Amino acid sequence: MRHLDEYRDPLLARALLEETAAVATRPWRLMEVCGGQTHTLVRQGIDELLPAGMRMIHGPGCPVCVTPLEVLDRALAIAARPGTVLTSFGDILRVPGTQGDLLTQRARGADVRVVYSPMDAVEIARREPEREVVFLAVGFETTAPANAMAVLHAEHLGLDNFSMLVSHVLVPPAMTTLLESPDCEVQAFLAAGHVCAVMGWTAYEPIAARYKVPIVITGFEPLDLLEGILMAVRQLERGRAEVENQYARAVRRTGNTDAQNAVRRVFEITDQVWRGLGPLPNSGLRLAGDFARYDAALRHEVGTLRTIEHPDCIAGAVLTGSRLPTHCPAYGSSCTPRTPLGAPMVSAEGTCAAFHAAGRQALATNPGSPA
Amino acid sequence: MNEQMAAPLNTRAPQCPVPRPDLEQVLLGHGAGGRLTAELLDSVVLPALAGEELRGPLEDAADIPGEDGLVITTDGFVVSPLFFPGGDIGSLAVHGTVNDLAMRGAEPIALTVAVVIEEGMELDELRAVLTSLGTAARAAGLPVLAGDTKVVQRGHADKVFITTTGLGRRIPGLRPSAAGARDGDTVLLSGPIGAHGTAVLSTREQLGFTADIVSDSRPLHRLVRALAPLGEAVHTLRDPTRGGLAAALNEIALDSGVQITLDETALPIPGQVAAACGILGLDPLHVANEGCLVAFVPHERAQDALRLMRSRPEGVSAVSIGQVNGTRPGRVVIRTAIGGERTVDMPLGEQLPRIC
Repeated sequence: MRHLDEYRDPLLARALLEETAAVATRPWRLMEVCGGQTHTLVRQGIDELLPAGMRMIHGPGCPVCVTPLEVLDRALAIAARPGTVLTSFGDILRVPGTQGDLLTQRARGADVRVVYSPMDAVEIARREPEREVVFLAVGFETTAPANAMAVLHAEHLGLDNFSMLVSHVLVPPAMTTLLESPDCEVQAFLAAGHVCAVMGWTAYEPIAARYKVPIVITGFEPLDLLEGILMAVRQLERGRAEVENQYARAVRRTGNTDAQNAVRRVFEITDQVWRGLGPLPNSGLRLAGDFARYDAALRHEVGTLRTIEHPDCIAGAVLTGSRLPTHCPAYGSSCTPRTPLGAPMVSAEGTCAAFHAAGRQALATNPGSPA
Repeated sequence: MNEQMAAPLNTRAPQCPVPRPDLEQVLLGHGAGGRLTAELLDSVVLPALAGEELRGPLEDAADIPGEDGLVITTDGFVVSPLFFPGGDIGSLAVHGTVNDLAMRGAEPIALTVAVVIEEGMELDELRAVLTSLGTAARAAGLPVLAGDTKVVQRGHADKVFITTTGLGRRIPGLRPSAAGARDGDTVLLSGPIGAHGTAVLSTREQLGFTADIVSDSRPLHRLVRALAPLGEAVHTLRDPTRGGLAAALNEIALDSGVQITLDETALPIPGQVAAACGILGLDPLHVANEGCLVAFVPHERAQDALRLMRSRPEGVSAVSIGQVNGTRPGRVVIRTAIGGERTVDMPLGEQLPRIC
C-alpha cells in the first residue's frame, strides 16, 4: 500500500549518499540530461543532499521545453482552421506560443483534443473522415517509435485526413553541442534510461571517448539516480571516461531494434531548431520520402509566422545548465506555472516547473551568480 | 457554489505574486479545484455574490444564519463517463453532498436534486443513474425531498448533469473548520488516496487500468459521527476531492495560517494507483478522491482518533500522515523517503498527461 518500493529504500539511499561523499574528493559537476530525472532529483530533494560543492546541472531533456516557438505557433494556426482536429499529449497544450496556448485556443472554439497515444489520433481520423486530424508529434527518441507506428498505421488504413506536425529531437547531438561549448561545466552525464532502452548506447561510446566524459545510463527512481551519480563520480575519481549502464533492468547495448527500424523507415535525420539552444545540425527527425504526404506543415498552409520570445525568459541558459531557474529575475514573479513565460515552467519535466513545484525560492543575492 | 465566502486570493497566497491578467475565457482548468479555480472564485464568483461581511475561509458547507446547528451545501456533478469502476454519477451526487456536510461535523437530514438531461439520452441509462442516486440516498439515511428536471438540446450537455443540495444538522460537540488547524496537531488520513480520479480517467480514456483501480466513492458521515466523542478536539475535517490531497491541505494551511509537514513514507498510495500515475505523469497527491478524509486533532488525541476511525469500515486503514509544525504559514511541506524535503504545491488546473 505504500508509495515505496525497492528503488526508494531510505536506508539504501542514505548508504549511497554516504558512499558518494566518501568517494568524492572534488566538487564534481554532473548533468542529468532528461527532464524526468530532473523531476525526481528535485522532487526527492536529492540534489540538495549531495556532498558539499557537488552540483547537478539540469540538462535540455524536456521535450516540451525544447519544441521551437515556431512549431507551437504553427500548431495554433492549424488548430484555428475550420474542420481541423489538433491532437497531442497534455503537457504540450499548455506551452505558450507567441499568442496563447492550445488550451486557450480550445476555449476559443478550436477542436483541440488530448490524446494518450498517437494511435488515438489515427483512430479519430478513421472515425471522423470529414475532419482533418493533425497530431503534434514532439519528443526525443522515446516517442519516435510510437509516432512512426502511427504513420505506418494511417498508411495501412489508407487515411488521407491524417497528418503529423513533427518536431522530434535527438539526444546525442545535444550532448555534443553542450560539450563543444567553451562555457561547458559538465564533467559527466547521467543519460536517460528510456532513450537508451530504445536506441541502446552505441551512439554514446564515441562521445565518452572523444570528450573524455563518463556517461552513466540511469533510470528514474531515486535509487537509480543515486547509484548513477555514484558510478559517475567513481569514474571521475579514477580518471575513466566510459559508458556504463546503471539501468540494466531495462536497457541493453543495442536497444530495441524493432523500434529503431520503424523510426528509420518513417523518419530521416535533419537539422533541427531547439528552443533555447538554436539550430543544431543533424539533431532532429522529419518525415522521410514517401511519408512526406503526412507532413502537416506541408499539408496545411498557414502563411508567414512571426514568432516572438519573451525578453525576460532565460530558458536557453536554464536548458544548457549555465543558470538555475532561481537565477532568473522572472522566476516565481512574472513567470509561474500559471503564467509561464517559457517552456521550462510549463511541463512537469521542465526544470523551472520542477523547482517551482518543490518550493525552491528565488535567490535574494546577485541573480547572475552560480549556485 | 457551496462554500462560505472567501478572502481575495492575494491574501491567501502570499508566497507568490502571481500576475492577474484579465480572464478572457473560462478554461477547463478553472473547474479542476486548483489554483485556477481559486482565481475564478476570487475574481468573478465571489465579488458578484458576496459582500465583504460574508467572506471567510472556504468551507465545504455553510451554517445557516440564525438557525443553530443547521448546515447547508450544494454541489454540481459532471462526470464522464457516467459509470466508472466503484460508482456512477448518481451515487457520487449523494456521496459528495453527504461528505460536504460531514466535513462541517453535520449529519445529513434531507436532499434536493436537480437534473439537467441532454436530449437523446437513453432512458435506460437515465433510469440507472437515478436508481443509483435513490439507492445511495436511502443507504445514507436521507430522503430526497424535492427536485427539478430539465431537458436541453442535444449537444448542450454531456448526457446528464446533477445538482444536489443537502441540509444537515451538526453532531453535538463537533465544530470542525478549515481554519481550525493548530500548531501541534496531527494530520490523520482515513484511507488510501488517488483511486477515484485514476479510475475515472482510466475509464474515460480507455487506458486499461480499470480492472485494478476502483473509485473510493462512499459516504463519510458515519465515520465523522464516530469521531464525535473527541468533540472540539476535531479541529479540521476535509475530504480531498478535486485537486486531491495537495489542494485540500494547501487550503487548510492557508485558512488556518499554519505549516503542514507530511511524511512521504506514511502516505497510503495503492501500488496500482502509483503505477498508473507514474505512467501518465500524474501526481497522486493531485488526484481526486471521493471516500476519504483528513482530520486534524491535537497530538495527544491522535491515537484516540485513529482508534475511533478504525472502528468504522470507511476508516479501517486510517493512518497518521504528518503534523502541523514549522515556521512557514500557508505552506505544505513533505519529507521525502530518502531524507529530502520539498513543498507540496497547490495544483494549477487540469491534470495533463505528459509526453514520455
